Amino acid sequence: MSGIKHKAYDVYRWFDRRLGLAKPITEAAEHPIPASSASWWYVFGSAATVILVLQVMTGILLALVYTPTARDAWNSLNFLNHGLTLGWFLRAMHGWGSDFMIAIVLIHMSQVFMFGAYKYPRELTWIIGVFLLLMTLGMAFTGQVLRFDQDAYWGLGIGASIMGRVPIIGGWLVHLVLGGPDIGATTVSRFFALHVFVIPGILIGLVGLHVWMVLRLGINEWPMPGRLVRKSTYVREYEAQIHKDGVPFVPDAAWKDATFAAAIMLAIIACALIFGPIGPTGPPDPTIIQTAPKPDVPFLWIFALFALLPPKLETPLILIAPVVAILVMLALPLYAGEGEKHWSRRPVAVLMLMVVAVSIGIFTRLGATAPWSPVMNGWSADPVQPQYLKGRTPLERQGALVFQNMQCRNCHALGGLGGQRGPDLDGVATRMTESQLIRQVLQGSGNMPAYGNSLSPSQTTALVKFLSTMEGYQPQAQNDANRLLAHGVSPPRDKSQDTAK
Amino acid sequence: MENPLDKMMPEALKQPSQHTRRKFLFKVALLVNGAVGAVLAVPVLGYVLGPVFRKQNGENFWVPTGNLQQFPPGQTRLAQFRDPNGTPADGQTRNLPCWVRNIDGKRFQVFAINCAHMDCPVHWFPQSKLFLCPCHGGVYYQDGSVAAGPPPRGLYEYRYKIVGDQLMIWAGELPTLSTEARLRRPGNSPCLG
Repeated sequence: MSGIKHKAYDVYRWFDRRLGLAKPITEAAEHPIPASSASWWYVFGSAATVILVLQVMTGILLALVYTPTARDAWNSLNFLNHGLTLGWFLRAMHGWGSDFMIAIVLIHMSQVFMFGAYKYPRELTWIIGVFLLLMTLGMAFTGQVLRFDQDAYWGLGIGASIMGRVPIIGGWLVHLVLGGPDIGATTVSRFFALHVFVIPGILIGLVGLHVWMVLRLGINEWPMPGRLVRKSTYVREYEAQIHKDGVPFVPDAAWKDATFAAAIMLAIIACALIFGPIGPTGPPDPTIIQTAPKPDVPFLWIFALFALLPPKLETPLILIAPVVAILVMLALPLYAGEGEKHWSRRPVAVLMLMVVAVSIGIFTRLGATAPWSPVMNGWSADPVQPQYLKGRTPLERQGALVFQNMQCRNCHALGGLGGQRGPDLDGVATRMTESQLIRQVLQGSGNMPAYGNSLSPSQTTALVKFLSTMEGYQPQAQNDANRLLAHGVSPPRDKSQDTAK
Repeated sequence: MENPLDKMMPEALKQPSQHTRRKFLFKVALLVNGAVGAVLAVPVLGYVLGPVFRKQNGENFWVPTGNLQQFPPGQTRLAQFRDPNGTPADGQTRNLPCWVRNIDGKRFQVFAINCAHMDCPVHWFPQSKLFLCPCHGGVYYQDGSVAAGPPPRGLYEYRYKIVGDQLMIWAGELPTLSTEARLRRPGNSPCLG
């Protein structure tokens, strides 16, 4: 047994005498870190790197089958999903890996920000990290295009229309992004080149620099309130701390990194197995217009902003805000490179992170529900509920028909069913008089189109008569009270009404 | 005072350098390489930016979008045309939709499918005579003008002509706020930006 061991060691020595990698690798692995940094809070960067490796591997395996042309991409995705052993699983791993990657990168960035790790001497590590975030988002967008389905097709339209808003060179940019005057074969192939060669190349190179700088400058120490970063003293203080209580990265901290990375990988596998591959949705046939395109989760908040920004502010904000946001992130370590690291002494930083996180969360949620979008089949799918027809005159019932046939339901809900773009109409008669209703229907205003050209006078009359009966959602208790009143019995008094008086 | 980070710098970089013949030759060689790179950059940039600097008149052509009988007077119908810039590798994306409005049997309006807000496909509802966009709630009247929502302008309109019993439109480019002008000006446009 010892003979085999000896032989193996000889082989190892043969290689390392020539490669000379054992020493630098061992030194890098065992580089001392502050004992406080061997923490579960410091595991996100390595987890993101592990997911990157997963993405590269699954990406290469998918590229064995995927066909990057507008004609065949969608079919090859379906072949991967249905025609190939475990092709669906690889697509699912790649898709869920992408979502996890963005989540982990954002968590990593938030942690670095909260712990003040971007301060001297790690400014450039942060700046490269900002570019890594942009590259990660670039991978997500180009990957979404390569999943060349209906959403990808119209998503490209959204991308092109944003480019088209750039003054002067907008038209050139549209052509540059699409690889021609229109969405087609050259569009898919150039997004393939970006997703498979250009961005991953930059990404891997920048990750190398990022990790190199972490090794060279040392991992950030656990921040302590009152321990200020000063350029003149920081490196000496850091070295003194490492000298005092330094521990080797491997194994003292690395076991946590490895455990967390394994947990994340298991989570990705679980999502892949349970939820399966992401898409493709319908074929990328622009003549099939029965679709409500939506971007992938990482871009839903931007999709929501496009609907909610005041139209006049839209173009300047779309074009200027991202540039400003990126510049602010890049300039952060240069502006705030010294001083407090601990979050308890940086209330503005904590507040900023919370506002950004909550805002993106809210807009993502809004983007997922898209209440501003008309429900295209609301008029034909959601019937007028019986309670709105009971006891109505023939004219009012005719109005209910007009209400359905004129697609009012696409934007207005009755009894909770229908579009959310306009206000619910259950209680519209309590808000508007008949003449106000006529004016609103015929002339429109705000976000409502005018129906003067599409409604005949008799249709308008019927519609308004119907709407005038909409006196509000009546909960059961109120109905009972009304019934009691109708039968001449005084209803029990509501205590809350008494106190209100 | 010496920056503590400097101690990791290679010794060679801390010494002031001396001029030698070999250093001079090395610099000349670098310059030559730079020149070769600059020469090589011309065709590379030309290739990459090829889609930007195409023909003077843009990429639009007259294409048929259907027989006149498909478009009854007073109605708006979905029509299709083939992308004149297409290649076989385009597959389904080569077939493009548009909305044809026959105003009175003589005059037409041909609208791009793309909402002027974010290029999503707009749907026509003949009963309410409105185009609705599924993405961000843009609404247009039957003549393409904005009725509600975020669109900064009315629907993009293709120029059309009638050849025999065919309705032809001047198309080929994805309409956006920057490229729509080319839809309206066939031929010698002075401004292609």
